[in-house]
Amino acid sequence: MKKTSTVGKPNRTVMVLLILGLSTIIFPLYMTVVIAFKQPSEMTNSISGILSLPKVWSLQNFREAMEITDFWNSLKNSLLISVLTVGLSILLHSLMGYTLGRNKSSKFYNFVYLFIVSGMFVPFAILMMPLAKQTAEMGLANWFGVILLYVVFYMPMNIMLYSGYLTNIPLALEEAARVDGASTWLTYWKIIFPIMKPMHATVAVITALAVWNDVMTPLIIMAGSSENTLPLAQLNFQSQFGTNYNLAFASYLLSLIPILVFYLICQKQILNGVVNGAVK
Amino acid sequence: MSKHENERKRTFLLITIPILALFICFNTIPLIRGALYSFTNSRGFGSHDWVGLRNYIDLFSDARVGKSYLFTIKLALVTTVVVNVLSLILALGLNSKIRAKGFFRGAYFLPNILGSLVVGYIFNYFFTYIIPALANMTGVTSLQSSILSSPNKAWIGVMIVCAWQAIAMNTIIYISGLQTVPEDVYEAGGLDGATGWKQFKHLTFPLIIPFFSINMVLCVKNFLMVFDQIIALTKGGPAQSTESISYLIYNNGMSGGQFGFQSANAVVFFIVIVVISVAQMKFSSSKEEQL
Repeated sequence: MKKTSTVGKPNRTVMVLLILGLSTIIFPLYMTVVIAFKQPSEMTNSISGILSLPKVWSLQNFREAMEITDFWNSLKNSLLISVLTVGLSILLHSLMGYTLGRNKSSKFYNFVYLFIVSGMFVPFAILMMPLAKQTAEMGLANWFGVILLYVVFYMPMNIMLYSGYLTNIPLALEEAARVDGASTWLTYWKIIFPIMKPMHATVAVITALAVWNDVMTPLIIMAGSSENTLPLAQLNFQSQFGTNYNLAFASYLLSLIPILVFYLICQKQILNGVVNGAVK
Repeated sequence: MSKHENERKRTFLLITIPILALFICFNTIPLIRGALYSFTNSRGFGSHDWVGLRNYIDLFSDARVGKSYLFTIKLALVTTVVVNVLSLILALGLNSKIRAKGFFRGAYFLPNILGSLVVGYIFNYFFTYIIPALANMTGVTSLQSSILSSPNKAWIGVMIVCAWQAIAMNTIIYISGLQTVPEDVYEAGGLDGATGWKQFKHLTFPLIIPFFSINMVLCVKNFLMVFDQIIALTKGGPAQSTESISYLIYNNGMSGGQFGFQSANAVVFFIVIVVISVAQMKFSSSKEEQL
């Protein structure tokens, strides 16, 4: 009875509903693409005018939007910040996670662990005003300061992930290396760091997604510098598009393309990473 | 052996000190500075005086602050319920026997990877132009003007955009929860007549409660801190009806000359977040123990 429906044929009703539901995702994306390619004169108020495909598939809007938002420069900054943050997070957070995870019996290290992990509860709202002042005082009101802040902000979460993962790695592995006379430092890089590879992937995915899309940190820290990240460029140039929504949508689409491409290529790793990060 | 123990201890200490120093420098110190500023009348520049608890007293009689708390909490509660109901249904669908499972899961997760600021801008245009235009043609009078320009309805727009992205995330977590439920549980339940809603209520849901807790914590925390969507959709308007706490602190604290006052607001906000998070964790761990 029930068995036939769970093990037997695909459930058609569910499939139809899922396809219908997908329209809530595809429709906004379709409209974004269509509007980005249209000319202002094509933007009429009739249903067909709204839904129709553009008359000509011209890249003119994109060229103009790139100029207005200084696209390549913003893209370069976003890439630089994301890649360096992910790299530093993997190196530093895994080291710290290892240190704290291997010293669970020490009162001092336990305190350090709780101290850092409780940083997860600190909302950015309370840090932003003092941080804006502090980074300016320290000469860090730039992309480098943003990276340092990210390394600190994602530290609680990542350290929790790494030290949790470490409990699955037997101490015997390190002890074997110790017998061979290797130092703790060397043992870490030669044995433990490579073994934690699945966790590196998780940390890379969740950190990269969060950093790439973050608006607040660069908004507050880099506001004084003339540099932009991709989201910041959208925010800063919003007023310059005026009522030319076609130009604005071309710019939105441009800023979404890098992450869409990334998602198409590493969809599986991204889904796994996000689930691991949340569930662990 | 003890020589090695010393080497190990020294290495651990040498790793800990610089990383901990970095954390203290950019998390603990600004936190303390923020707390200190909350007792001053600082405007963010120039000189300032200590004013004791005045900011905190003013905070509780400030109508704008009160309004922003009411809006943020209402938004967080409603969105959390909407998101969890929809993503549970979606997860059940995506976990059932269907073709192209991988494709559907990938497609439904898509909104989560997109930047919330740009998503907000896109939906802003939808609410302002497309939906009113469609409503005009179909004669639905209540939607003929933008919901974002109505003080009573603008929050619904914010809610929809927050939900659109959050459902993707929560669904994926629910799916991984549903996958932990072994098939024979359903088979055994089926023999006892547990199918459909009964099966979900008595078998499936109790088994995925840990995942439900994760989603609750994620949702409430994220929605309480909502910022990007506000900036992209309403900038706190109309008539300050959609001013979230983070947005108010940013807006009035950074450029509105209320550095000290908004620092006090941020301290209270911090305490609220801690209390809610701790309460949620206590609640969910007691729930899990019952199982």
